Amino acid sequence: MKLFRIRGGVHPDDRKQLSAEQPIENLPLPPLLHIPLQQHIGAPATPLVTRGQLVRKGQLLARSQGMISAPVHAPTSGRIMGIGGYPAHHASGLSVRTLTLQPDGHDEWDDSCVGATAPFSMSPEEIARRVADAGIVGMGGATFPSSVKLNLRHRYALHTLVINGAECEPYLTCDDRLMQERPDDVRDGVMLMARALGVRRVLFAIENNKPAALAAMRKSATVQADLQIVGLPTRYPMGSEKHLVQTLVGKETPARGLTADIGVVVHNVATAAAVNDAIRHGRPLISRVVTVTGRAIRRPRNLHVLIGTPLDRLIEYCGGFQEEPVRLISGGPMMGQPLPSTRVPVIKGSNGLLALSASEVNDGAEMPCIRCGSCVSVCPCGLVPLSMVATIRAGRLESSVHLGLLDCIGCGSCAYACPSHIPLVQHFNYAKGELAAHQRAQHKQGEIKRLIEARTARMEAIKRAKQEAMRRRKAEMDGKKAQNEDRRAETAEASR
Amino acid sequence: MLLSILIIPILGILMGAALGYAARLFAIEGNPLQAEIEELLPGSQCGQCGFPGCSPAAAAVAESKAPVTLCPPGGRALAEMLALKMGVAVDLSGMEEKAPAVAFIHEQLCVGCTKCFKRCPTDAIIGGPKQMHAVFADACTGCEKCFEVCPTECIEMRAVQPTLQTWYWPMPAGLAQSGAS
Repeated sequence: MKLFRIRGGVHPDDRKQLSAEQPIENLPLPPLLHIPLQQHIGAPATPLVTRGQLVRKGQLLARSQGMISAPVHAPTSGRIMGIGGYPAHHASGLSVRTLTLQPDGHDEWDDSCVGATAPFSMSPEEIARRVADAGIVGMGGATFPSSVKLNLRHRYALHTLVINGAECEPYLTCDDRLMQERPDDVRDGVMLMARALGVRRVLFAIENNKPAALAAMRKSATVQADLQIVGLPTRYPMGSEKHLVQTLVGKETPARGLTADIGVVVHNVATAAAVNDAIRHGRPLISRVVTVTGRAIRRPRNLHVLIGTPLDRLIEYCGGFQEEPVRLISGGPMMGQPLPSTRVPVIKGSNGLLALSASEVNDGAEMPCIRCGSCVSVCPCGLVPLSMVATIRAGRLESSVHLGLLDCIGCGSCAYACPSHIPLVQHFNYAKGELAAHQRAQHKQGEIKRLIEARTARMEAIKRAKQEAMRRRKAEMDGKKAQNEDRRAETAEASR
Repeated sequence: MLLSILIIPILGILMGAALGYAARLFAIEGNPLQAEIEELLPGSQCGQCGFPGCSPAAAAVAESKAPVTLCPPGGRALAEMLALKMGVAVDLSGMEEKAPAVAFIHEQLCVGCTKCFKRCPTDAIIGGPKQMHAVFADACTGCEKCFEVCPTECIEMRAVQPTLQTWYWPMPAGLAQSGAS
């Protein structure tokens, strides 16, 4: 198949060999699970259980609220110990509403978890509904509710489903292992998603640095004529949705648009496996594969973990730290987020846990920009990071938007390539957050204005109604007075 | 000769008349900038700026008698919009001092007097006579009108805490701060 070139990109040392040969192992049940109500982009889920309640594995714990949201299910059977704040799996270290579940060790499935007998004769709506009910979100890290993406066919003319098996982030091997060990489950999940989207063409893209996964998927795909396995050149950020589509289809996604604008929907490998589990076996998304790696970890592993398991359990299972890690990262080293502590739970979007030793971290002191242009040549979006940083440092966020800040995908290639160790992508993340905060403030301003106007209008109406009532009463009184006077005049006349 | 002398005065009279007519036809009442600024201000008439309401405040800003940073409920976003409208540079460092806050009602102290409820310009307080009151944080501007009237002092102005949705990375320290070079 003909592939198209994308611009820029870097070739970091992938260091996948640390965990690539480790088969997926099931982590033993932890004594407590902390299940956050917000594990996805969108509105947090609303809890349906109370403290002390007994729940069974797969039971709905919190339902989704609003259009873009996802429900949360019990990862195992046990008792709900409480609902309250707990540190989130997030760089900020803020706490988030979390359900605490004490497993009873029986691991009994709820009666509601029943698989479909004939999944491939289900209607697209039915598939999308089941995916929504199973709480499946994009498991590549973005955690966007998958059912929303499966329902895009109403609004866009779709022709291709792309499955993202690039796993271009260094270190991570969870998708690689999943494709090697469960190729048929992944394939079925992919075909179910293709059915839900109503597309005939399915491209399954895997980077060429994973020959075993490519071979396993090729072997499994022979039974499906529509499914084409594509080997991709190894380059970061090949797994970026827009760049992957451009490589495969040759079309660029419009700026700040969706890949659906050019008729393509992208889903992750792990999401496909989760869709298969949800529809064929009726199992909601309650576990995932996490790569625990980095030179600070004694025995790097790929673990199959229940959602809500504290990270220190994973580290303990992997033999603990062989040296004090200088950095703890959730996700890959390029786009992952630093974690404030190991107490935080595994969530639906956590694909990796990296404990990096001092030898793996490039912590050079920042030097002035020498305008070498390395960042410009590696930027996959065709931006000029050095100018954008200069405007952000000068506090001119508007100018950086004109330079294309909102087209930046935050891949970090610029910061990786910079010989002066300038934290380029960190500036862009700050600027994007600041701009979003601005927009929220302006939106609030507008809403408040609307509220004030509504109140003023209501107060005026009440005032008018009161005046009206006063006038009416006055008129009534006047009328009565006039009548009385008339009567008095009449009686006076009669007596005369 | 006469014609060439008259032509200039006649032209002058005609143009003067046209100008005079146009001045009446397109006359503008008040300062148009004031109306535009008033449009931007929250309109809650909270009086935190020291003016009796949003309209006088807008007049003062339009005449450059008041700084564009005068409106605490509007915050930085409003100050920047006003600065853009007025075409002035603005120093926002001073505005950071007062973090945005919203009212919070301690329910065990609330007696349900409805005083705050009646004064809230944005209907951000719900409650009824002898019923507990509560604040909709999303609708609260932090104008402190309720804070002043509460007879049991059960209202507290709490700083707005970041959430997972609103948190973002701070600006990375620059060269000067990091002590390099």
